[in-house]
Amino acid sequence: MDVYLPIANLAVNGLVIVGLGALTGLLSGMFGVGGGFLTTPLLIFYGVPPTVAAASAASQVTGASVSGAFAHARRGGIDYHMGAVLVAGGVLGTGVGALLFRLLQALGQIDTVINILYVVLLGGIGGLMAHESITALRAQRLGLAQPARRRRHHPLVASLPLRWRFYRSGLYISPLAPLLLGMATGILTMLMGIGGGFILVPAMLYILGMSTNVVVGTSLFQILFVTMATTMMHALTTHAVDIVLAGLLLVGSVSGAQIGAQFAQKAKPEQLRLILAVIVLGVALRMALGLGYRPDEIFTVVPL
Amino acid sequence: MTPRWVLALLAPVAILLGGARAPILVPEISQHRVEVRQGFTGADLLLFGAILDPGGTRAAQDYDIVVVLKGPVQSIVLREKRKVAGIWVNAASSELRSAPSFFAIASSRPVREIVDDKTAAIYELGLDRLQLSPIGAIDPARQRHFADGLVDLMQRQGLYREDGHGVTISGQVLYQARITLPSQVRTGTYTAETFAIRQGRVITSAVTRVDVSKQGFERFVADQADGNGLLYGLFAVLVSVGMGWIAGRLFALV
Repeated sequence: MDVYLPIANLAVNGLVIVGLGALTGLLSGMFGVGGGFLTTPLLIFYGVPPTVAAASAASQVTGASVSGAFAHARRGGIDYHMGAVLVAGGVLGTGVGALLFRLLQALGQIDTVINILYVVLLGGIGGLMAHESITALRAQRLGLAQPARRRRHHPLVASLPLRWRFYRSGLYISPLAPLLLGMATGILTMLMGIGGGFILVPAMLYILGMSTNVVVGTSLFQILFVTMATTMMHALTTHAVDIVLAGLLLVGSVSGAQIGAQFAQKAKPEQLRLILAVIVLGVALRMALGLGYRPDEIFTVVPL
Repeated sequence: MTPRWVLALLAPVAILLGGARAPILVPEISQHRVEVRQGFTGADLLLFGAILDPGGTRAAQDYDIVVVLKGPVQSIVLREKRKVAGIWVNAASSELRSAPSFFAIASSRPVREIVDDKTAAIYELGLDRLQLSPIGAIDPARQRHFADGLVDLMQRQGLYREDGHGVTISGQVLYQARITLPSQVRTGTYTAETFAIRQGRVITSAVTRVDVSKQGFERFVADQADGNGLLYGLFAVLVSVGMGWIAGRLFALV
């Protein structure tokens, strides 16, 4: 099924794109991450211009996180107060990200920066997740009780001025901490076309020390709004959102997300995390090799 | 009946132009409009025509025909990756003011056998003869290096082509060449230029145009994305939220 993408200026096989959306949707439903970290590189690999890929992947993440966010909202799993601060930071971040995008594009280093960001972030977080899930699985097998982690935020967070109460998260901290965290994910969303969920969730747990029952819901809430802002930002600045591409990805990902969510209820969380860690590390490794090996294309063309 | 004095006036002109009587070239193209619509996977263009003597008879001598189909030119930055500290980064770049977005050349014999280097350079005959107008002073070797890089890249994307046997001439009168536009071509006005060449000299040439444009839904989307970013973005957001929500509802029923 050939489909012409009016903004990417290219004909693609529509079923491949829907399949790609379904695959990332499945991941997002199973693991609660956006799946953008997989969509963008695969689209670029398929021949879609990088800017169009990043811009259109963002709207796919929006679609995939909507139903999840609704589900969490129904059972009170979203701290709206915290979410609002994170979203405010995220929107600021997309603005900063757009400026950075332009600057790096003008310097010609956008590809390298994106690749290095992928390697460092995915490698670091994938490694952490793998380590954590392996220790948890081993502890279960040996029948050991898991050491109870004392929930406490990072000392740096405590040193920030101005404190607010976040009731549902059970925190009394400075709003600057979630604001900065939101900003960081906003920048990453703009640059890499990823939702930032796989960075946000560990950061909320280990840096902010939020209570676990609102972490995933609040993260989805933030991702939802930040990817919406990213889509708007791209539509206004780069004009690179391809509605046909996004639509095809969405068809796959929204259904994939639902199926993935049903899988997730049956599997053990430690195993899920280990699988996700392996996928994330795989993508990071591929990117790292790409930096070191001679690329297929030495020359690249950018319109002036 | 042509008055004799007209012929007398025209004779020196004809001698100046071609040394002999210039043949008449009648070029035609299978379609003058290429519409990029949903399902567009590329277009096959047939460039054909006839070469005739001024008297209307078939050409007495053998001619070589070269057909060049050229897309709209664009200003580009061409970047080159080099290995710096173990990783490949964009290390050098060159700005080119007139890089064709599409360039296909077909000829009845390889261009090198038909014309000399100078003529090829003047008429831009051949992928190694493109006039890319680099900006700033760049030494020729570097310029050559970047031009070769661009041609190699575009060739593998199917946007630049050279076919030394792409034109068939039948009965010294009719010629035809088939050129394929891939789906990722840029929209704009394309020029198809036909050259009749004999003994290394361009005897006559003629230009026809092909208009490649998005139509219908594709045109609407591209126009909105470029000119109406706010509404377009809002629509994209609405679509993604709506689809996510509907999927959630549908699967809740299952």
